[in-house]
Amino acid sequence: MTNWLTDPWPWYVAGPLITLTMVLLFLFGKTFGVSSTLRTICSIGGAGKWSDFFKFDWRSAVWNLFFVAGAAIGGYIASTYMTSGEAIALSEATTQSLKQVGIKNPGAEFVPSEIFQWANLATWQGLLFMVVGGFLVGFGTRYAGGCTSGHAITGLSNLQLPSLIAVVGFFIGGLIVTHFIFPFVL
Amino acid sequence: MNKLKFLIAGILFGIILTKSEVISWFRIYEMFRFESFHMYGVIGSAVGLGIVAVQIIKRLQIKDFSGKPIVIPDKQMRFWPSLLGGTIFGLGWALTGACPGPIYTIIGNGFLVFIVVLASAVIGTLTYGLVMDKLPQK
Repeated sequence: MTNWLTDPWPWYVAGPLITLTMVLLFLFGKTFGVSSTLRTICSIGGAGKWSDFFKFDWRSAVWNLFFVAGAAIGGYIASTYMTSGEAIALSEATTQSLKQVGIKNPGAEFVPSEIFQWANLATWQGLLFMVVGGFLVGFGTRYAGGCTSGHAITGLSNLQLPSLIAVVGFFIGGLIVTHFIFPFVL
Repeated sequence: MNKLKFLIAGILFGIILTKSEVISWFRIYEMFRFESFHMYGVIGSAVGLGIVAVQIIKRLQIKDFSGKPIVIPDKQMRFWPSLLGGTIFGLGWALTGACPGPIYTIIGNGFLVFIVVLASAVIGTLTYGLVMDKLPQK
């Protein structure tokens, strides 16, 4: 028997709920897009001193910081009260490919603990995955003018050509790392 | 108090991202290897339904809760920023297994080391702001 509270939600539940989130923000008079919060944080931190890019009325963007604070709280609630503790049902091919490179329990947690842990920040591998990876996320989203929420969900829903180009870019980058970089660093 | 509704919308979003496992590095890895339909189903159904929702909002000129017409801003058409920036983000998405929304949510899930990823992303955005004049912007 399925238990909607503790079982994972299938794509046909999650996808429409993400659309609902986007529509809810429209009804609140805002536009769905998470990566702009990174720019807002820079502005609040005083980055306007160095670049006009960060000189904007960040008070008008504070609502989005409440939204992402909620996204963190939602993660806490779901992981504390809405989980069965079962492993992610990854495809067999994915599981096998990870075991071959020494990831012991693929899907047991949300991230491979071999890579994403504090001690690993002292290794080149940890720095690549967490620090370089994070840097590229922050740099790339701002250069592209949006991330998965702003371009892939909102932009494509609004039939925006730049968003389609950006999503093609998302996949070019993701495929390069997954197929040409991971064989050397995993 | 008027910000509280955004906090609540964010909480719903965080629960959705967690319950659908899209915050998982493994799901992103699987997606880029084309070994599961899950991520394509999530994003595809969100966009498919989103196209319908946006068309309804525009054609029926739906107003927001405060009575103002809903305006969905167009994305500026800039070819190279979209393609190059998108590709740079894609590299980071595959490495971290997290786009910006999931970075916040996975921290809430207790993977506190992602605070380092978030801080690095902020520095990445800061760096973009400092060098943007030297990059192709059309």
